[in-house]
Amino acid sequence: MSTRVIQFREAINEALRLEMRRDPTVILMGEDISGGAKTHLEEKGTEAWGGDLGVTKGLAIEFGRERVRDTPISESAFIGAAVGAASTGLRPVVELMFVDFFGVCMDQIFNQGGKLRYMFGGKAKVPMVIRTLIGAGFRAAAQHSAVLYSVFAHMPGLKCVVPSTPYNAKGLLIAAIRDDDPVMYFEHLVLLDTTGPVPEGEYIIPLGKAEIARPGKDATVVAIGRMRLFAMQAADELAKEGIDVEVVDPLSISPLDESTILESVKKTRRLVVVDEDNPRCSVANDIVTLAAQQAFDYLDAPPQTVTAPHTPVPFSPVLEDAYIPSPAKIAAAVRAVVA
Amino acid sequence: MAELSKDKLRWIYERMRLIREFEDRTAQLFAAGKIPGFVHLYAGEEAIAVGVCALLTDADYITSTHRGHGHCIAKGVDVREMMAELYGKATGSCKGKGGSMHIADVEKGMLGANGIVGAGGPLACGSALMAKVKGTDQVTVCFFGDGAAEQGTMHESMNLASIWKLPVIFVCENNGYAQTTPAHYHCAAKDIADRATAYNMPGFVVDGTDVFAVYEAANEAIARARRGEGPTLLECKAFRYYGHFQGDNMSYFSEEEIAANRARDPIEKFKKRVLERGLMTEQELAEIDAWAKKEVDEAVKFAEESPYPALEEVYTDVYVSYP
Repeated sequence: MSTRVIQFREAINEALRLEMRRDPTVILMGEDISGGAKTHLEEKGTEAWGGDLGVTKGLAIEFGRERVRDTPISESAFIGAAVGAASTGLRPVVELMFVDFFGVCMDQIFNQGGKLRYMFGGKAKVPMVIRTLIGAGFRAAAQHSAVLYSVFAHMPGLKCVVPSTPYNAKGLLIAAIRDDDPVMYFEHLVLLDTTGPVPEGEYIIPLGKAEIARPGKDATVVAIGRMRLFAMQAADELAKEGIDVEVVDPLSISPLDESTILESVKKTRRLVVVDEDNPRCSVANDIVTLAAQQAFDYLDAPPQTVTAPHTPVPFSPVLEDAYIPSPAKIAAAVRAVVA
Repeated sequence: MAELSKDKLRWIYERMRLIREFEDRTAQLFAAGKIPGFVHLYAGEEAIAVGVCALLTDADYITSTHRGHGHCIAKGVDVREMMAELYGKATGSCKGKGGSMHIADVEKGMLGANGIVGAGGPLACGSALMAKVKGTDQVTVCFFGDGAAEQGTMHESMNLASIWKLPVIFVCENNGYAQTTPAHYHCAAKDIADRATAYNMPGFVVDGTDVFAVYEAANEAIARARRGEGPTLLECKAFRYYGHFQGDNMSYFSEEEIAANRARDPIEKFKKRVLERGLMTEQELAEIDAWAKKEVDEAVKFAEESPYPALEEVYTDVYVSYP
């Protein structure tokens, strides 16, 4: 399998394309995922947009409007339709444009999609994926910038995946589409433009398996999504000071690979968790609890968290930059635990 | 009506009787403290579920509501498993994990009663989309109440089904009340069926206490859906004998209203019609009455004798797999 350097968005597109070729029951639904319905593709043979950010570009041309469906701005209807279609034999992949929009369709996600199998005593399955944009950094202000995956990780019945590189974006999405449970797949807006090596063909990165992004012996930094990139920068900086950081990227936050995190913490005896989500009832605090309950005797310092504050995302660039965890803040937290 | 065979007439009466018997018995068992939780009864609305489901096969789907027992029975879900589910027993339709508000039988095309008002609309669009993408002639019936008609999900779903020409039949069961709030208060439209115009689909008001009228209206709507011509909205006006849930004292009903409802009982209407026209005999009807009673007796016995789920069942069926 030959490997090229491609963008994060292209890696997602490739995963969708390969799965749609492999399995005719995979369909896509979302707002403007092709664009210009009833005009462009039908009359000009091209798409108007291919998604707001071009992630789904070309898929309607290859697979047609029957399987790549531009929807009205009716998130409850089309996400609920995905639940209904999944429980009767399709594998829908739907796009919730921004995670901040979950307020208009949460019932269909968590009361229907997430609970149906349990309520029916295991006599149904709901194999669907909800792709959604997360993350600050685009000056998009409070209703288009949050992360909020902790909300979904809290809910039984949903799986939650947070890719961080083009390589794992592709492998995780293929795994999510083939998974028989509803999977939330969180794409960081800022990561879409990043590039990295990605094999051409299909491959799977299993859900619920963390990756050691950088081995080290002095402190464990668990970093989710875009925060992995910042943790790696901080680790490079700290290496110059003689501090050897191990960066663990969970990749999935539900299921969470507890054993990889615990093994790392037991080895380094120090823990910093970096998370762009808000801190109350968060995945970051969940991971700290894990270490406190199951590795307490190994810890040489109180675990630290570096997270967004308990505020909405501000608009002004200076405020937004202050809101997002930074490599400098991560480095400071690591220095504190190794001191 | 001429097209209804003797077998179909028998089936219709059996199902309506079975629903009534099941609901009346459930009311008694609930009052006796044998059935826990929230229970919403369908008695009075039998003609709607039965008149529509008489035209469906096991391959067709329905979505239901919190008042779902009638839909289950009309769609052929086993009444013993249903009663066991109401009791919270391991032998229930959902292994005792769903209860009255979540009874489902996907194999029978019953996609679940639903505790969320208006949630069935999007789900119905989904199973209908499945049929469209796979090129089958399966249809989905979305049962919803007059209360649900005011939910955004129903408006979104009717619009989506119409633009995509999905094979959905939206069946609004207007029993006059959203809990205690009367439809003439909560609904700005004269008839909910009028809203069909806004979604560019046919819409009809139907007497929901007349199973023949429901059957006839549903027949055309289902045929249209199977032809790929898209959805239809049927507003079936009916009433319920019981409160919103068991325990509701029905203080918002007047004596006159209750008497008027008794006078249009769907089962009595059916009997009168088939007897007048000589389509069924008193004896045939009485035999079915006895059969329905026996079915429910057996269902109750089955439920009472069944074991509760093992405590480990709390943890299972959340996911297909969760490493």
